[in-house]
Amino acid sequence: MSNVTCAFVIQRPPYKSETSTLGFTHAISWQVVEMLLEDGQNVIPTVCFVGEGILNLLKDQKAMDNYGVTSIESHGKNSLLVDLDMLVCKEDLDRFGIAEDRLLDAEDMGADKKLQIVPYAEIQKAMESCNHLLFF
Amino acid sequence: MGTLTIGCFASLVGSKSLDFTLKLANAAADKGHKVNIWLSGNATALGKGHQKHLKDYSTGEKPALELLKKGVEICECEACALARGITKPDAVEGIQWNAMHWYLAKIHGSDRVLHVGGE
Repeated sequence: MSNVTCAFVIQRPPYKSETSTLGFTHAISWQVVEMLLEDGQNVIPTVCFVGEGILNLLKDQKAMDNYGVTSIESHGKNSLLVDLDMLVCKEDLDRFGIAEDRLLDAEDMGADKKLQIVPYAEIQKAMESCNHLLFF
Repeated sequence: MGTLTIGCFASLVGSKSLDFTLKLANAAADKGHKVNIWLSGNATALGKGHQKHLKDYSTGEKPALELLKKGVEICECEACALARGITKPDAVEGIQWNAMHWYLAKIHGSDRVLHVGGE
């Protein structure tokens, strides 16, 4: 099998634990995984945000000011910058009353990718079609 | 026989996820499966050597050494370990240190992947 697909499902809220940060950083590490694989092999991640996990995507996070840590927002922006597909559950955004314009983007960094707000059914499809499923 | 890769994202103390990971890996290795374990976050405490195995306390060095003898590959996130003051002279011999792409590469070659912890 040349390409292996992984769905990284981020469902934990930011800053309560390391979990969601680790979801981002493990997905981003896809950039260099080819170093350890044979020619033509790759790992293709899709990052999905459901439940409280969508709170990781709010923009204007003040983590450095309040906690002295790099904000998870920057991990989100870096994920877009390296062209990760990032699916955000529309129903959960509605449930939390979060409008799309409150979510991060990485236009200022020159990223082409944007968050994809999708119905949960699409996230379910991504989870069912991937080779491996990783919950964070 | 298959290849199983387990990612463990839990602490050594206060969580039984790492104990579960080690026991599951042992059972899979005994059945002849190839097993890889990735340790991230607080789970990297497993890689600290000279653990004292007090009765009923959660420790992992001895079972980890037994797993290594059985050919199980164990690797911990170098940055997570260093952030917790675990240094190479202190580390359990045989446990590898690498970055997160090690885990993804092992996932690539695995029949099944289990993600344990993250609570």
